[in-house]
Amino acid sequence: MTIEIKTSTLEPVRNTYEHIKRRFGDKPASRYQEASYDVAPTHNFHYRPYWEPDRELNDPRRTAIVMQDWYAHRDPRQYYYGAYVQARAKLQEITEANYAFFDKRGLGERMDEAVRARVIRCLVPLRHAELGANMNNVFSSAYGVATVITQAFLYNGMDRLGIAQYLSRIGLLLDGNSGASLASAKEYWMTDPVWQGMRRYIENVLVLKDWFEVFIAQDVVLDTLVYDLMYRQFDEVLTELDGGDIAMLTEFMKEWHKDTSRWVDAVMKTCIAESDHNRETIGSWVQDWREKAVTDLSPLAEIAVGEGALNESVDILNKRLAKVGLNS
Amino acid sequence: MSPKKLSLKEKYSLLTRDLEWEYSYRDYKEIFPQEEFEGIKITDWSKWEDPFRLTMDAYWKYQAEKEKKLYAIFDAFAQNNGQLNVADARYVNAVKLFLTGVSPLEYQAYSGFAQVGRQFGGVGARVACQMQSLDELRHVQTQIHAMSHYNKFFDGLSEFNHMHDRVWYLSVPKSFFDDARSAGPFEYMVAIGFSFEYVLTNLLFVPFMSGAAYNGDMATVTFGFSAQSDEARHMTLGLEIIKFLLEQHPDNVPIVQRWINKWFWRGTRVLTLVAMMMDYMLPNRVMSWKEAFEVYFEEAGGALFKDLARYGIEMPVYAETAIAEKEHLSHQAWSIFYNYTHAAAFHTWMPNEREMDWLSEKYPNTFDRYYRARFEHWREMERAGERFYNPTLPMLCQTCQIPMGFTEMDNPTLIAYRQSVFQGERYNFCSDGCKDIFDHEPQKYVQSWLPVHQIFQGNCGGAEMEDVLAGYYRMNLGTDNLDFHGSPDEQRWNHWHNLQTAAEQMKKAS
Amino acid sequence: MSKVYLALQDNEESHYIVEAVEEDNPAVTVIYQPAMIRMENEGQMVVRRETVEEKMGRDWEVQSIHVNLITLGGNVEEDDDALTLSWND
Repeated sequence: MTIEIKTSTLEPVRNTYEHIKRRFGDKPASRYQEASYDVAPTHNFHYRPYWEPDRELNDPRRTAIVMQDWYAHRDPRQYYYGAYVQARAKLQEITEANYAFFDKRGLGERMDEAVRARVIRCLVPLRHAELGANMNNVFSSAYGVATVITQAFLYNGMDRLGIAQYLSRIGLLLDGNSGASLASAKEYWMTDPVWQGMRRYIENVLVLKDWFEVFIAQDVVLDTLVYDLMYRQFDEVLTELDGGDIAMLTEFMKEWHKDTSRWVDAVMKTCIAESDHNRETIGSWVQDWREKAVTDLSPLAEIAVGEGALNESVDILNKRLAKVGLNS
Repeated sequence: MSPKKLSLKEKYSLLTRDLEWEYSYRDYKEIFPQEEFEGIKITDWSKWEDPFRLTMDAYWKYQAEKEKKLYAIFDAFAQNNGQLNVADARYVNAVKLFLTGVSPLEYQAYSGFAQVGRQFGGVGARVACQMQSLDELRHVQTQIHAMSHYNKFFDGLSEFNHMHDRVWYLSVPKSFFDDARSAGPFEYMVAIGFSFEYVLTNLLFVPFMSGAAYNGDMATVTFGFSAQSDEARHMTLGLEIIKFLLEQHPDNVPIVQRWINKWFWRGTRVLTLVAMMMDYMLPNRVMSWKEAFEVYFEEAGGALFKDLARYGIEMPVYAETAIAEKEHLSHQAWSIFYNYTHAAAFHTWMPNEREMDWLSEKYPNTFDRYYRARFEHWREMERAGERFYNPTLPMLCQTCQIPMGFTEMDNPTLIAYRQSVFQGERYNFCSDGCKDIFDHEPQKYVQSWLPVHQIFQGNCGGAEMEDVLAGYYRMNLGTDNLDFHGSPDEQRWNHWHNLQTAAEQMKKAS
Repeated sequence: MSKVYLALQDNEESHYIVEAVEEDNPAVTVIYQPAMIRMENEGQMVVRRETVEEKMGRDWEVQSIHVNLITLGGNVEEDDDALTLSWND
């Protein structure tokens, strides 16, 4: 009896913050909602930035995409910081076990010389591309609009740094921690004709000013192609060559890409559904960057996998685009 | 071959620093367009010393561990109605001020560190800033979550973000961070990474959070200390950026010194809010603002500036003024808010006899001499049913945006008042520090969105105070504002506690 | 000489770290405050992995100190074996 009295007298006076109530109704809210909606400042900025005096500090005009309400977006994974780090920590733990197993069993030493050379030439240099992806996603996080979008860009950016570090560790597992494979991989990245297209593409994205275009060029076009090419097709090639052990070191990347694609698709879908203007703008960016990517990735695709490989990846990209409402 | 073991430093260098490459398809300046305009000279980013060497895998692991602990406490706090265990309901007003005034700054810090985390040309500095950006996002979100439970039981929290963009006293912290974020990347780092994080945030978090613990607020103390565990990394980054800038080029020294002067003063003005939280809003007091200032600024800051002397860096110009102000700051600030609490989204009150005695003891040079009589007079007025509210709109300092209520330090009965003329217009300041800041960048500070000016210009919902407060600010009048005594917060609190006592009696009886 | 300082959350794991710090820095001052433990020392302070491991009776990584850390003052040097705080005067 006493317990009932106690709880009935402690009725909350409200269920959640007012801005959350306005969006989702008068009921208890999820942690994702409270952490993500209407958090970024929107009004009465005091000073124009020295670095961009014709814009406000937080300014929706930093992209050509127009949304009546940027909080129309929702991350299907519902990542706020706590949910994000816990998801990654879980993935990290499995990955750590895989790397330890690979190391302990000396799988790197047992690897066929030709396979090892191929991994160092075709896979390890991607660590530099991932640093570019890190910078591009952090850019969109810094200059984008609405927490519901920008927080996911930061998670993505940090994930890419993590992936660059895992790729580097693959190199170290193959060279007995001497760093020699990392030096070779960097040399390939800087001078090998196979990698120059990819490097050019990344550097071209690094100078873009429209944060949504950065997202299209990096997370939509390039990542769809590269992750299919390297973590599916190249993986199959390695397995055929008896180098399937590497797959246990790239499991993180595969799982990560599956996870992040849910979010990328959701962002695309919401923006494309908003207006013809958005659909056309995104469509023209996609066309532009897809064309560049096909040229820039061809040499790598051919050496890593073989002829026709890039076409397969482009098919996958096109299917993905059609699913979010963008028919080529 | 037997693989050699890599040291933490070697590993970090290979896994992070070595990822950088020299751009050749695009020009460096196109990729990092903000690196030169402030006049800072960077000759070699490779000289950057990584302040800590966390790779992402370790970051995820440790941070997930912290989050797991933190949310377990939040859950327990909510399930057990932890709000009933705080010292008394007045305490929650400190939480309100924190959520409306400080948490949105954590968000600004997230944005600011993401900006510099993209703009710096050195990968070591970039990555350190990115991690801080992610941590700052953590802080704002854990604070929103920690206070979500308070919001269900107390008033004044439910429109925290709407208010932060609009309400008069919240323009003090907001303009502070807008100022830093609208500066260039190096000034931002000296402002936030160094001056705020290293020199001043300890004053915000450590004594205040220890106070929260002392007042039974386990949710706040847990997020506070958990946030501080990231702060230790941030402080190290703040110190590293300073050393790096000073070592890169002698021309950087005077620029950095000017920024330190500016941001130390800007920061101490913002911390005024913390001073009054500590001295007036915590029912159980751990230490006074003055004591905290002595430990965390005079002692710790003194050691720091002694260490930096080898680069030719000196104590911030207005450190002496700030040290003198420690005797007065919280009392003057509380007076201002007591006067204008009808226009604020939290409650104020006059300290009771025991609390006044504590203030007399902690402030033997000033409290009895300058403040006690006035406070006792206000308390008498309240008892007579004439609680004092100041019906006018205050004049605000053009730089820090605090109402002009601080006094001269050599004459604590005289309001300090400074002026500058720029392009034929007169501007008012609360202090020499704020005037200097304006005089150096007048084009910037004439832009200030001064809440009182904006009200007079009709930009805040209308001509009547009610249009502004209820309409534009979205305050629930009679609920969020006014004195604590007679507030719905107070009524609910008493109601819960009476009932709880009754419930306990029944339990005992059965 | 200036003081360096290190503050930890007051919990089980921190108590072992404090014990280790006391052993390796005999002049250290330990101050217990609500929910936190503050340690101060003139000029320098070191948290050594080996000593902490001995106190805890298990492996301990220096970087995991961040889980319990509240604040610190001094120049930081962190490697596999120790975390060192110092002022150069």
